[in-house]
Amino acid sequence: MFEQQIINGLTLGSVYALIALGYTMVYGIIQLINFAHGEIYMIGAFAGVTMVTMLGQGFFVSITVAMLVCMVLGVVLERVAYRPLRKSTRLAALISAIGASIFLQNAMMLWKGPQPVGFPQVINDAIYHIGPIEVSKVQLIILATSAILMAVLNYIIKYVKIGKAMRAASQDYDTASLMGININRVISFTFAIGSALAAAAGVLVGMYFNSVAPLMGVMAGLKAFCAAVLGGIGSIPGAMLGGIFLGVAETMGIAAGFSTYKDAIAFTLLIIVLLFKPTGLLGKPIQRKV
Amino acid sequence: MLMEVNDLHVSYGAIRALTGISCTLDKGEIVALIGANGAGKTTTLRTISGLIKPAKGSITFKNMDLTKMPPHKIVAAGISQVPEGRRVFPDMSVMENLEMGAYTRKDKGEIKESLNNVFKRFPRLEERKHQLAGTLSGGEQQMLAMGRALMSKPEVMLLDEPSMGLAPMLVKEIFEIIRDINKTGTTIMLVEQNAHMALSIADRAYVLETGEVVLSGQAKELANNEQVRKAYLGED
Repeated sequence: MFEQQIINGLTLGSVYALIALGYTMVYGIIQLINFAHGEIYMIGAFAGVTMVTMLGQGFFVSITVAMLVCMVLGVVLERVAYRPLRKSTRLAALISAIGASIFLQNAMMLWKGPQPVGFPQVINDAIYHIGPIEVSKVQLIILATSAILMAVLNYIIKYVKIGKAMRAASQDYDTASLMGININRVISFTFAIGSALAAAAGVLVGMYFNSVAPLMGVMAGLKAFCAAVLGGIGSIPGAMLGGIFLGVAETMGIAAGFSTYKDAIAFTLLIIVLLFKPTGLLGKPIQRKV
Repeated sequence: MLMEVNDLHVSYGAIRALTGISCTLDKGEIVALIGANGAGKTTTLRTISGLIKPAKGSITFKNMDLTKMPPHKIVAAGISQVPEGRRVFPDMSVMENLEMGAYTRKDKGEIKESLNNVFKRFPRLEERKHQLAGTLSGGEQQMLAMGRALMSKPEVMLLDEPSMGLAPMLVKEIFEIIRDINKTGTTIMLVEQNAHMALSIADRAYVLETGEVVLSGQAKELANNEQVRKAYLGED
């Protein structure tokens, strides 16, 4: 049973990780907790559902379109809700983020109604047996898609020019612009990438649980935020690790009989980890700027 | 005249940092801005680089008004800066730091050529090209910051306190390198608290006090000026 729970936990955890990456990347560059990120994930899920139900598309096209839609949405969100407040206090931008979050939830409820919408089966529910473990095809697709997306992200951050610029900007914002890096473009790019990953997570979750809802981003967003902080906010490997860690812990908790408290597990873990490692698992000690 | 700073006023909230700085930079020169802490030297450089927008005044560089341009366009126009405290990207390798310096350039061959020039000038950077910049010593970080600024192939290089926190031997070495960079065709504006070193390599200098230019002239003359000797060269 233990191995089975690990697989289930990895599935859930890789989705948390995809969402957590967006929080951590944005925080890394502009020190903003993008509280509307959960809503981007939700809108990604709805974009996926729309592609499947209204346009009859399969998994690949649906997830790609959802990612593209949310890329644009993320960039627009930053332009409208955060950029005008760049020079204000951090609290102002945070309040704007909460406002954007509430706005997007309600806009979606206005359009689709508050009830959950079914996500039709796009992948047949074949189940594979590997020894004692059962893995469904959907789980495999979630694991593979997440792994591919994270590998691509890793490649961009490590080797592509704009990815390196992201790292430079997150280490030293002013100096990055002294290199000739267009910071606004880097920020837009960061929002685009983070939002695309969240959209992918939304489609994967919709497919996994066969339903999407306008408020689905609230708890998922909060938990992914916990995962990002748990791993060390601002750290990309930290967000991946934090997400996986949280997913596995939550699944284990449910298996141990605490399913009523499953949502509390993330927050309990967060408190415990932060007590011992205030900057998160892979977070660095806070750097003094000389 | 390559660059002209005219009547620059900068405030941080209610604090007035610059109250009418004017200075010029001719092609091929080394110009030093000297003065005590808080005189406005760093603010002047940061305003030239576009990190701070002035309340009043203009900075003209080859018919462009830099005060209306964002920092990345100013770099592309040919002005790069070695910031105070070196500010290398600590979690990036030496090589990646240098690549960031060439961010505005496209031609891979030319970038490679600049990289070779930087390595020729600073062989230690080549030895440590895969090392994280945060693990370098202070002197090496200063060299990296200078190499990084050279990677944009600048016409003008702004240097902010290159001697800060370095051992006297290294300070001498860094200043020799600055002189050499200037000889190979880069115009230099240098901000220093170490007035003695600055005046020894500069052609001209401006003395700043509380946001204003109080004295200016040939570096040699200033080095012999009674007032400068007392206030900045520690002689009585």
